[in-house]
Amino acid sequence: MLKYFAKRIVLGLVTIWFIASATFFGMHAVPGDPLAGDKAMTAQIRANLEAKYGLDQPLGTQYLIYLGNIAQGDFGISFTQENRRVNDIIREHFPISATLGILAIVFAGLGGVLWGALTALYRNRWPDVVIMFLVILGISVPSFVVAAISQWSLVGLNLATGTAVLPIGGWGTVWHMLVPALVLGLSTMAYLTRLMRSSMLEVVSTDYIRTAKAKGLPATQIFSRHQLRNAILPVVTVLGPAIAGITTGGFVVEIVFAIPGLGRYFVQAIQQLDYTVIMGTTVFYGAFLVFMVILVDLVYGFIDPRVRVEK
Amino acid sequence: MLVLHYASSSLTGAVTDVSAVDVERNSISILIREEPPQLDSSRATDAVSGMVLGHVMEGLVRMGLDGRLEGAVAEDWEVTPTTATFWLREDAKWSDGQAVTAADFIFSWQTALKPETGSEYAFLLFAVKNAEAINNGTLPPSALGVSAPNPNTLVIELERPVPFFDKMLVFPTFLPIREDFFLATEGRFGADADQLLYNGPFQITRWVHGSSMTFERNPHFWNQDEIHLDAIHVPYITSDATASLNFFKDSKIAMTGLQAENLTEAMRMGWQIRQHRDGTVFYIDFNYRDGRATDNLNLRRAIQLALDMDEMVYKVTKLPGYEPGVSLFPGWLMGEKTLLRQEYPPTKIIPNASAAKAYLQTAMQELGLSEPPTLVLLSGDNPISSVQSEWVQQSLKTTLGIAVKIDKQIFKQRLAKMTAGDFDMVLAGWGPDYNDPLTFGDLYASWNKNNRGEYNSQELDTLIETAQNQLEPAVRMRAFGDIQQHLIDNAVLLPMYERGVTYVVDPRIKQLKRRVIGPDPDWSRVYIDTGSE
Amino acid sequence: MSTSHLTPADFQPLQGSVSGQQISRPSLSYWADAWRRLQDNPRAMASMGLIAFLLAFVSVGPYLWQVDPSVQDLDQIGIGPGADRSVTLAPPFQPWLPEQQSTILADNAMGLTLTMPATTQAVRLMWARADGERYRLYRNLFDPSDTGSFGLPLAELDRSYFEDRLDLQAGTYFYSLVMLDANGAETATAITQTVNVTRVISVAEAIERGLIKTEAEAQLGQELKLAWHPLGTDYLGRDMLARLMYGGQVSLFIGIFAPLAFVLLGVIYGSVAGFLGGATDQAMMRFADFVVALPFLLFMILFKVIFGIGPGESGIWPMLVAMIILLWPAPARLVRGQILQIREEGYVSASRLLGGTTSYVVGRHMLPNTLGVILVTMTFQVPSAIFTEAFLSFIGMGVAPPTPSWGAMCNEGIKSMLTRPHELMFPALLISITVLAFNLLGDGLRDALDARMRGTE
Repeated sequence: MLKYFAKRIVLGLVTIWFIASATFFGMHAVPGDPLAGDKAMTAQIRANLEAKYGLDQPLGTQYLIYLGNIAQGDFGISFTQENRRVNDIIREHFPISATLGILAIVFAGLGGVLWGALTALYRNRWPDVVIMFLVILGISVPSFVVAAISQWSLVGLNLATGTAVLPIGGWGTVWHMLVPALVLGLSTMAYLTRLMRSSMLEVVSTDYIRTAKAKGLPATQIFSRHQLRNAILPVVTVLGPAIAGITTGGFVVEIVFAIPGLGRYFVQAIQQLDYTVIMGTTVFYGAFLVFMVILVDLVYGFIDPRVRVEK
Repeated sequence: MLVLHYASSSLTGAVTDVSAVDVERNSISILIREEPPQLDSSRATDAVSGMVLGHVMEGLVRMGLDGRLEGAVAEDWEVTPTTATFWLREDAKWSDGQAVTAADFIFSWQTALKPETGSEYAFLLFAVKNAEAINNGTLPPSALGVSAPNPNTLVIELERPVPFFDKMLVFPTFLPIREDFFLATEGRFGADADQLLYNGPFQITRWVHGSSMTFERNPHFWNQDEIHLDAIHVPYITSDATASLNFFKDSKIAMTGLQAENLTEAMRMGWQIRQHRDGTVFYIDFNYRDGRATDNLNLRRAIQLALDMDEMVYKVTKLPGYEPGVSLFPGWLMGEKTLLRQEYPPTKIIPNASAAKAYLQTAMQELGLSEPPTLVLLSGDNPISSVQSEWVQQSLKTTLGIAVKIDKQIFKQRLAKMTAGDFDMVLAGWGPDYNDPLTFGDLYASWNKNNRGEYNSQELDTLIETAQNQLEPAVRMRAFGDIQQHLIDNAVLLPMYERGVTYVVDPRIKQLKRRVIGPDPDWSRVYIDTGSE
Repeated sequence: MSTSHLTPADFQPLQGSVSGQQISRPSLSYWADAWRRLQDNPRAMASMGLIAFLLAFVSVGPYLWQVDPSVQDLDQIGIGPGADRSVTLAPPFQPWLPEQQSTILADNAMGLTLTMPATTQAVRLMWARADGERYRLYRNLFDPSDTGSFGLPLAELDRSYFEDRLDLQAGTYFYSLVMLDANGAETATAITQTVNVTRVISVAEAIERGLIKTEAEAQLGQELKLAWHPLGTDYLGRDMLARLMYGGQVSLFIGIFAPLAFVLLGVIYGSVAGFLGGATDQAMMRFADFVVALPFLLFMILFKVIFGIGPGESGIWPMLVAMIILLWPAPARLVRGQILQIREEGYVSASRLLGGTTSYVVGRHMLPNTLGVILVTMTFQVPSAIFTEAFLSFIGMGVAPPTPSWGAMCNEGIKSMLTRPHELMFPALLISITVLAFNLLGDGLRDALDARMRGTE
């Protein structure tokens, strides 16, 4: 077991090296000039700036320096925010994206299980129909449309009631997070609802439920003890990949709701061609994903004895 | 765990309750489009940094509420062809209580000129003796022609006579920096709220990167009487126009810009809409490098006569305050006595499809083409330039049969392509750096690096030299008039429009100043009018 | 029969019944069976109908609705479906020389006068001005006495006339003239004038737009109908219906071909790895793991920037290539897993024992048995590819103008959501329908093709 995970971690490190290299050579293949500003600059000023960022070195040397710095966990200095280190940028903005992502997952998980169970209980009756319609809506409307419309509705709500029911954007308190997290978690929630529903229906026809019924257990106990518990397992298994997806997929919500997360920062950095921020963010997210996957595998081993790692 | 720990620490410093105008706390909230990259005035280039620095710092002079130059740190000054002398007020203080002295200006300017600083705006200082040589690394910073006979007198030796030298000083590059503080920050000067020393009406007390800022009244500022607000909050930093509008509607910010799409909504809400022309001129620039079809005068004339800039402004841009472009020199520039535009009115081009076609025929003969050429139009990636380039494409196609290929690029790639000359036409804009027509006038000089199309004309160069070197205002203004005529006659560039800003402000806010030169918008002298409530 | 003689043949023993089991119906192949099950699923059939409709909309549509999606009808910008199209023929626009016009000013407080009938070409106003006076002129769509503001400030003037040409639409406008004091602040001296604007078009413009044929048949004051836009127009006056059709070509092309391409690549890669096995398989799958680890959206954006979009290009291919580069490993892993599993199945061993060649085994057994899974994967990938295109458009990294796509149209539409909802609604609706249809089809296919994966719905 331990050996298996040690192997996984080594492979993870190699993966990060691969991501770092792909990003580095990708960035240097980009046409365009990261140092260009509105005003043309003299050759002397240009040379000074190039020296500052080490762009005067040959590509191979730059690559080695870059890898060396990453190994020490140093992503360098931002090109556009000249006095800020990329590490600081990630440290300040990533927690925001992560908080939002975790909240979205919580919403999606709870909502998915609840709605899924409800639809299964009221199969083919009106709660099922209504919820499944909403689920389909949640899956099929582009997220930026949902985000824009929900922000607009919030403004309308605040105007109509004359008080600030909920903030319509920005970042600060838990209240700022509610709507963005809901929007962010919406499609995952819809997906989990579907999964939970079919999983619940599958469990209903299993032998142990029949046994429980035959034993004369009350329906509520069957539902909570046997049906729900067993049906949740497949939902839990897809939560892992969803965490990673949601955390990096917050771009849209962060832009629309003016949330200072790392996703919005990345989009800005791309538009500014901020080499160091782009490379730093990508490598950081890559590493984050790699270790999340390993972590999730590890956790499954404890949760479900059936999927305990064999090797 | 690690993640959660960071999350909680990032939450503690956040603004939780903001309102556009807080009468009780005598504060207002505003939104800025993007965060200042850093606030080291010697390296500041962008408008947002200029706006923030304008609230927390003060230079030798400033633009007053009446739009005239007035003394700031300097009480009085005198500019002669060879020297400029500034007498500093004794009560000007830094936010730690120490006096602002002439030495702080000298240090700041020397820092901006040092080659290793890499300041993009160092060229503004080139009027000072030896500045250019210092910037090129041939002379040490100490050789700069600036001296302080006593802490309150600053004497500047000029490299050449600059009639508008005092007007240039409102630019952030000329703000003071105190040496001991600068050195103590160890290279992080201006990166955070506590890495900056303030001498302006406000000081930054909180700066959460990418998220929010707070400016609070600076108790050491000398001119307390003019300052009314206790704090200015910046709870949001976003360039999303829809978000900005929503925040305003939600009474979270005191001002928002309006897009053409929101005008009906703004009128329905009964908002007090205002407009401001921000002084920037947008135009189509041509490429004059060898082998480019756009080097041909008749082709440019054809395009000049084919594009109806009135149509673009009135039907495509659709914002009040935009003015169809007629000249590289915008309407607000002052001439000798009145506006330059009144003294030397530019010839307005009346679009004429048949004349345009005739010019195109001639151009095709000269170029040896049997069909109209295909031209590459380089454009930025913001929505407005997309729309405009689509309009240019369609107009040239219907009027002249010229196929235009739009080359939409992100900012840095567009700049790289402009510098490399990889375009036929490009949508460009130019804003003023100082309040003199020369800030536009030397743009097409053969030696100007911002002349990215590499236009080269002996006649124009001579005119520009006259405008640069002559001292007599009448002679200079005539030169600008001639430059303007040369640019129109030769269709060197096609002015599209002068940009306007349409916006709404909370009606309780008074003395908000929008301006072309200097920090814009200027909230520093704002007061809250409680009477109208 | 009774009269016949018995022969030895009659004493032969009866033979046992030859037909033990009767196959009463024709045998069903796997695919025919799946098709039958799919037909039983009304939702899947409906979604197939929808997809057929969408494909017809973008492919046949442009032949039926022959409007150039790039033509800008600047007379009808941002109009909704069913907007009024009437227009009056008028003389062409002439620059105004107010100094040469003698006008009798209207009898109101400031003498604010409309000097000639207001048209969409221009609204020309004059007023009485004393020396040194400055004014601000406003225009409003609503009555200022209702909303409490004068509306849009058009200009600040120190003269006695103004010509308004800004985005004039047929309808009623409220012009307000406010006098300013010496400091530029507004005074109480103000007057509001109601102006009715009629839509006009010049003869030359009418001919250019094909509304009339020759100058001879034109009569000033004659009423004409502007071009018809059944679904309205966008922010540049381009026909929405035509743009939706051409935009759909882009969106559906990316949505369908990207999954097709990367799934195909994945299938080849995965089956080669699975079939070869051993160290090669290990190495190949390790590489796939690396690519899977690349954060998708980040790299999607990165690749878009790296490939760049040249002048005049639409940027569809870079997007397609980026998707293929990033997304092939998932189907590759899936197919490899299937191949490894099937390789151990009894019928494969049997086939080999009976002398089946490698190519025969692969072609006859392995691929057909994985095809179901591949098809289902591919169907589910279509919605995410369409969403990816829309997302990239949202952050400004989508297809380049003037190429339309549903995602780009949505993004444009969001800005004018409140005033011109149709610009957002139509493309968003089409995206939703497409995504929904492919999701339902995917469900149906999964149920029909693979009993083991069948849901319980």
